Amino acid sequence: MTVWRLAIREIRHRKLSFVMGVISVTTAVACLVGAQTLLRADRVITEHLLQAKQSEVTEAIAAKEESVKQAGVELEDAMRKHMKGLGFNILIIPQEQSRSEMLLDGMTATMPEIYVEKLGQSKIVTINHLLPSVTRRVSWPEHDRDVILIGTRGEVPITHRGLKKPILDEVAEGKMVVGHEIQKELGLKVGDTVTFQKTEFTISAVHPERGSTDDVTIWINLRQAQELLGMQNLINAILALECDCAGDRISAIRAEIEAILPGTQVVEKYSQALARAEARAKAKETAESALAQEKESSQAMLLREEQTRNQLEQQHAGFAAVLVPLVLLGSAVTIFLLTLANARQRTEEIGILRAVGLKARQIIQVFLSKAAAIGLAGGLLGIGLGFWIGWALGGLSTIGLPWQQLFAEGDLLITIVASPVLALILTGIASWVPALLAAQQDPAVVLQGG
Amino acid sequence: MLLSLDSVSKTYTDALSTVHAVNDVSLQITEGEFVAVQGASGCGKSTLLLTAGGLLRPDSGQVQVDGQDPYALTNDARAEFRARTIGFVFQQFHLVPYLNVLENVLAPAIAVAGSETETRDRALQLIERFGLSDRQQHVPAKLSSGERQRTAMARALLNKPKLILADEPTGNLDHQNADTVLGYLADFAADGGAVLLVTHDDRAVACAKSVIHLQNGRIAEPVANAV
Repeated sequence: MTVWRLAIREIRHRKLSFVMGVISVTTAVACLVGAQTLLRADRVITEHLLQAKQSEVTEAIAAKEESVKQAGVELEDAMRKHMKGLGFNILIIPQEQSRSEMLLDGMTATMPEIYVEKLGQSKIVTINHLLPSVTRRVSWPEHDRDVILIGTRGEVPITHRGLKKPILDEVAEGKMVVGHEIQKELGLKVGDTVTFQKTEFTISAVHPERGSTDDVTIWINLRQAQELLGMQNLINAILALECDCAGDRISAIRAEIEAILPGTQVVEKYSQALARAEARAKAKETAESALAQEKESSQAMLLREEQTRNQLEQQHAGFAAVLVPLVLLGSAVTIFLLTLANARQRTEEIGILRAVGLKARQIIQVFLSKAAAIGLAGGLLGIGLGFWIGWALGGLSTIGLPWQQLFAEGDLLITIVASPVLALILTGIASWVPALLAAQQDPAVVLQGG
Repeated sequence: MLLSLDSVSKTYTDALSTVHAVNDVSLQITEGEFVAVQGASGCGKSTLLLTAGGLLRPDSGQVQVDGQDPYALTNDARAEFRARTIGFVFQQFHLVPYLNVLENVLAPAIAVAGSETETRDRALQLIERFGLSDRQQHVPAKLSSGERQRTAMARALLNKPKLILADEPTGNLDHQNADTVLGYLADFAADGGAVLLVTHDDRAVACAKSVIHLQNGRIAEPVANAV
């Protein structure tokens, strides 16, 4: 016979007292573990939500950045092409070419083709691409119509600079590029063969509609054009592309070109291209600004979300800080009262046990053994119940159970491991005084009463 | 000398009165002696028994059990001394209600260190001796009065005491069971133990070797029994 066996027998005899004690401890431990699980769940879910939102935002921003970047590339390319297509910024023409005549009847004056080589070999810094051309309104007798013929040889390099990417490919001999209107009227397509002034050409490209004289223009190789027009080694104009000619620098460019090519004049042809480029640049700037704003608002949204979650966590923590000590205290008081009632209920048997020789400390052990059983059972049940409650209330089921994250900081694990110990301490302390009172009972009083 | 009381007095005092439950009582009981204490209700018999058993400290006088003053010991030492030296039998049996017969008999073993096997064997021997073998797994509520008292007797003898203090052990028993219990007490005395029996029962008195009459807490006259 042992003290522990005596305690077990008494527990089996007075089940209600034991069950009430276990319920009390279970409640306290469940409250503690539940609160800790809930708080930890709050943190895990906060991290999960913020991570998900951050990821969403990052993806969205990356997509927008890519879109803006792509738009930028497209814009740059479009600017280059539009500048070229629209005749670019400046046109170098012979001094004697009347501008009115040029606009009304096309170019009539010529200058030596060697001018473009001279310009290319000069130290000029304000222009980038040089395109010599002949231009003439001519008849296309095979189709009984007039067209603007442009002969071009592609870009002439500026030798003192590195080789730049050409923005206009040379039209090869025997090839022809046609404008939209011509293509439409004659039903041409790339690869078709046409005869122009008794010479055969293969269509190498067809321009889309531009709403300009380009739509009624054909482009062929410069040398072939010179031959057809009887303008060997002569050109009408040099188109200078992507020149550094914005604002008042045009006067400087004029001065620089006229110094190299006396007897020429510089015509500014940039306004439409620049307006469009500026519009596109503005659009890019707006897109970048919108992107920056979106980044800012996304960060603000994340911050707000974090603040909301933090507030929720603080509310839970505050609630737990009040509730848990209250429940623990309530549980301790309940255990105290239950043990006290138990001690009173057991007055006679304690008297008997004292009479047959049990020491005071053995009587205390009997009570504390029962308290330990209550604490252990309540502690273990409380862990399970509390964890389940915290898990359910914390909404962990909605994101799956992230065990590693849940126990990452160790505080929950410590709480769970420490809970049975805490329960034992709680029941031990709460039972101590009633056990002492029981042990101090005078067996003589009990036996005389009997 | 197994039990010696020398001028022992015990007084109960409350706001209204003072009762001299035991008043200047002296007696000695040696090994093999069976002494009965008789007297009217409230004459101090139970107080005398509890004082002799180390359960109720006297106001004055000296108590010696097996040459040791139990009240000179600390509480724990006195409890162990009581467990080893004295066996108690009460009119109300005072069994632990949730322990079965075997466990009740073994209860005093908690108080003293010893071989668990030997103690259990002795408990089973006592249970057999008191005719309780087929009831050893029963709790007191399922026992008859005689069986409960025999269980209490077995419990009292577990630690091989030298002295048995019995307070009205036959008070709640029929004639047959009373005779059985008295027979056991007589046997215990005959085997060298000492018995101090407090009783109203004349048959119990008849079993005793000597009888003490207690009157208002004092010994009226010690009488050597004819038996």
